Amino acid sequence: MTAMDPPGQRSVRRGSWRDPSLRAYAYQAVVFALVAALAYRLFRNTLDNLAAKGLPSGFGFLSNEAGFGITEALPVPRLAGALLVLLGSLAAGLLAVWGLACWRRARGGTLGESDGLVLLALVLTVFLPGMAFYLTRSSFQVGTYTEASTYGMALIVGVLNTIKVSLLGCALATLVGVLVGIARLSTNFLVETLAAIYVEVLRNIPVLLQIFFWYFAVLQTLPGVHDSIAWPGVALLNNRGIFLPNAMPAPGSPWYLLLSFGVLLAIVYLARIARRERDRSGRRIPVTWLSLGLLLGAPAAAWWLVGPPVELTYPELQGFNIVGALTLSPEYAALLFGLTVYSSALIAEIVRSGIQAVTKGQHEAAHALGLKRGQVLRLVILPQALRVIVPPLTSQYLNLTKNSSLGVAVAYPELVAVGGTAINQSGQAVEIIGLTMGVYLTISLLISFGMNWYNRSVRLVGR
Amino acid sequence: MNNRARQPPWAVRASALARSPARAGRWARRRLFGNWVDSLLTLVCLWLIYWIGAHLLSWGVLEAGFGTEPQACRGIRGACWAFIEDMWQLFLVGMYPREERYRAYLAFAIACGLTLATLFPRVRRWRPLYLLWAVSPLAIYLILRGSETLGLVRVDTSRWGGLLLTLVLAAGGIVLACPVGIVLALGRRSRMPLVRALCVTYIETIRGVPLITVLFMSTVMLPLFFRGGTEIDKVLRAQIGILLFAAAYLAEVVRGGLQGVAEGQEEAATALGMNYAQRMVLVVLPQALRMVIPPLVSTFIGLLKDTSLVAIIGLLDLLGIAEAATANPRWLGRIVEAYVFAAALYWVLCFFISRVSLRLEKKYRFGGA
Repeated sequence: MTAMDPPGQRSVRRGSWRDPSLRAYAYQAVVFALVAALAYRLFRNTLDNLAAKGLPSGFGFLSNEAGFGITEALPVPRLAGALLVLLGSLAAGLLAVWGLACWRRARGGTLGESDGLVLLALVLTVFLPGMAFYLTRSSFQVGTYTEASTYGMALIVGVLNTIKVSLLGCALATLVGVLVGIARLSTNFLVETLAAIYVEVLRNIPVLLQIFFWYFAVLQTLPGVHDSIAWPGVALLNNRGIFLPNAMPAPGSPWYLLLSFGVLLAIVYLARIARRERDRSGRRIPVTWLSLGLLLGAPAAAWWLVGPPVELTYPELQGFNIVGALTLSPEYAALLFGLTVYSSALIAEIVRSGIQAVTKGQHEAAHALGLKRGQVLRLVILPQALRVIVPPLTSQYLNLTKNSSLGVAVAYPELVAVGGTAINQSGQAVEIIGLTMGVYLTISLLISFGMNWYNRSVRLVGR
Repeated sequence: MNNRARQPPWAVRASALARSPARAGRWARRRLFGNWVDSLLTLVCLWLIYWIGAHLLSWGVLEAGFGTEPQACRGIRGACWAFIEDMWQLFLVGMYPREERYRAYLAFAIACGLTLATLFPRVRRWRPLYLLWAVSPLAIYLILRGSETLGLVRVDTSRWGGLLLTLVLAAGGIVLACPVGIVLALGRRSRMPLVRALCVTYIETIRGVPLITVLFMSTVMLPLFFRGGTEIDKVLRAQIGILLFAAAYLAEVVRGGLQGVAEGQEEAATALGMNYAQRMVLVVLPQALRMVIPPLVSTFIGLLKDTSLVAIIGLLDLLGIAEAATANPRWLGRIVEAYVFAAALYWVLCFFISRVSLRLEKKYRFGGA
């Protein structure tokens, strides 16, 4: 064999075929040549075939008029603006965490998990959705997608719809998944069994089938508009979709946004002060009660001063249409329910295995130290369980986002569906499929970068 | 004692509880009525079970229509099982010609028989089994596709459908993707930067995009890639898409196994004077692949569920046929029954395979291979 590695004692002449590093170069050159030749061949063939069919190539079509309608086109600039603010505040939050870390380090300490993560969580859970809500709901109206808009605009609308269903899907799936996952660990036999059945049934049925089921067998078979199923004050169901009460921001709503941020910040610092006081003098400050007071008292005061944060309007039948409602179209609802239910079963398993990964000794040691049940959970179990839970959870979020492309099967206009229509209209299959893949790839890479950062920050540090 | 040990743990517990009322009472107090929250939850669950159970029973059995004729379903409120009883073969083999259906069932039988036989350790030790496994994909393909020399009528792949097509696509995908995945995994661990970069790019690109875009690519773009826009069989195009997709995921699974092999193994092989190919084929891969059997099985289950996406590109797999069957004028609008039946088939398959994999995993972990 010419490619045999030299057994140790034989010395290798430089530049000879027996030199492994030289061989590595040769192999790589061969591989590169093969791949390049294949790629060139495919590229040439594609161009020839396209030319033979008289199809254009290139991305020039993106600025052409699309000429097809999109049923649920979000107003692009408005939502794009909201997304921009979302990303901006996220960046601001990260910057704040970073600043906090620097400040701490300058004073000789390190950034405890509590400050940094709490601040981040705060930004993520309260400020961002609030901001996005305010911006999408506020009264200024700007450009909506129409048939006269360009292909580029159509694809952007598709991306926004993908994001719309993925974000809500992730949130709902996490909520249901965590509940079911905890239920699977319940000491109650029936609760545990029901949760196990939920998980085992739903995770073994393809998500596309579940989406079809929701769409064709549930939502499409609902009665017509005039015989809507009404749950007064909650929802109106008919074959045109699910109609929920709509919330429009009242004049006072910006104050609430500021207030929620302030209150959460106050609670975080209250907790810090309480901890320091406890360490210094052993005196306990009732943080829970004070925080609860703040959480309830501050909005009450604001209500009295500036009025309610939102005005609710309830769905009402006027003529042939339902007005004043937040509408979930059957397509959107089917996709959302299918994705949520399927992913929640998978997330439940992740949560369960994460909690079970914390050994019994940890529970027992924490109890032996005299910690209360809540403290055991908060200080001992959760930090360790989260380290196991978060990486697979993130990949579930990624899967859900990728699965949202199944909206194409029920004609929900997300990226792949819009792309499909655009392919039919323009014939630019290669470009559009490439763009679609690029968008998903970008989302995936962004999330996995975030994931790596998290993994580094929580990994066990050996001494 | 020996007899008891063979029963599953829940059966042992159930029989013990049934024999002693006092024990059953203690069990109920602990597992059902621990405190007032628990008791409340138990009541809520009981009500839920009653509510769902009653609905399912009346829909699926008491008020359901049985038979094989549409008349059986006239005026009933429950499920119309007559539809399934009439059409179940369609769900299994699609539009496969009626006279040739035995061939599809023969293929099922070969696959199931081999799988089941392999589950018995005594059969597993029988060497020729590996040979059977190696030739079975080709044999199954020949049986399904037919060939004049064998005296079997050729059946066009456009007539394959139902569970048959689902299994062919999933099994074909995993079998064909295995070699590609192994090469990609080895490439990703290679010391040559260019090879590594190529493999990482491929794997991460495919894993970062949804399967449906890969399928669109293989259906729309594949004909463009070949000279003269060759007409490629639709099923083959989907199979290629699934293969490209599965290979990337398999590569990651195999990489996990490769990382689990102690470095000393490869070093020892090098010290013995083996070259790269010998080291990998004789020393590293056998150990790595044995370790990845459970994740490989879950990849297969995932793929089995994912093949349902070919319904979107117009193939009549199990999901596609369920959708198509509801358009049959004789049985118009039997949507729920069609989906429930398809879901049941998927569920049985996936659940069974995952249980088997779980058993294998436990055995390898505790018993040692």
